[in-house]
Amino acid sequence: MTIGFLVLATLTVAGALGAMFFRNLVHCALCLVPTFAGLAALFLQLNAEFVGFVQILVYVGAVAILIVFAILLTRGSEPPASAAVRHSAWWGLWVAVVAFVIMAGTILSSLIMSVAELAKPVPTIRRIGDQLMQDYVLPLEVIGLLLTAALIGAVVIAMQEEPKKNGS
Amino acid sequence: MNSPLHCYLLLSALLFCIGLAGALTRRNAIIVLVGIELMLNAGNLNFIAFWRFHAGSESLQGVLFALFSIGIAAAEAAVGLALIIAIYRHRHSTNLDEIDSMKG
Repeated sequence: MTIGFLVLATLTVAGALGAMFFRNLVHCALCLVPTFAGLAALFLQLNAEFVGFVQILVYVGAVAILIVFAILLTRGSEPPASAAVRHSAWWGLWVAVVAFVIMAGTILSSLIMSVAELAKPVPTIRRIGDQLMQDYVLPLEVIGLLLTAALIGAVVIAMQEEPKKNGS
Repeated sequence: MNSPLHCYLLLSALLFCIGLAGALTRRNAIIVLVGIELMLNAGNLNFIAFWRFHAGSESLQGVLFALFSIGIAAAEAAVGLALIIAIYRHRHSTNLDEIDSMKG
């Protein structure tokens, strides 16, 4: 474990905690940015440069901005009048803590702890492109179709209805 | 020297559980969606970490799986936020405790 990993992990976890537990929704959305950026830096640290930059483009550039827009469009920027958590909040926290204890116990007791350090893989962009155009061409087409359908669907769902259809 | 794979897996488990706690406890639908995004990101970190510390890392499977997973997550976020905006337009609320008209 290196200093870099510790710093990035602290940043990521702190951002995630802020995003989940701040009361003001705009603060929550802004806390997402260091989380996503920290994850991108962790991908870079793991020699997956392409995924790291895709993470920055898609998450920091698009998803975080989209969430800020959604919060502003739904007037969520005003602090909530009532409690920010649901009535069954303790159950949710309990489930999450139990899930973490089970996962951490499994990881720490598994054979993963004794895996030897391997040589660094070098995934060039050219190799990723070759793979996408050869072995993974069908998933690539399917995800293109899915993204198109999701875009059209999102526009149709969020589109303003005709005033006369509304009846109110 | 042992690989630091378990550190990445523990971090990913922690992120997943923070996202799970947020998705289960918060009342605002947008923050629930953010929690789901955090859980998806934890999964991506697992893909990349296992790919990096696996003997067959020449095959690029983990990288490509993470790329496709990011694409799916982007589509999910767009549709989810559109649904939340549509619900807000009809009910003037994003509070999950109030959106329960389909409850049996």
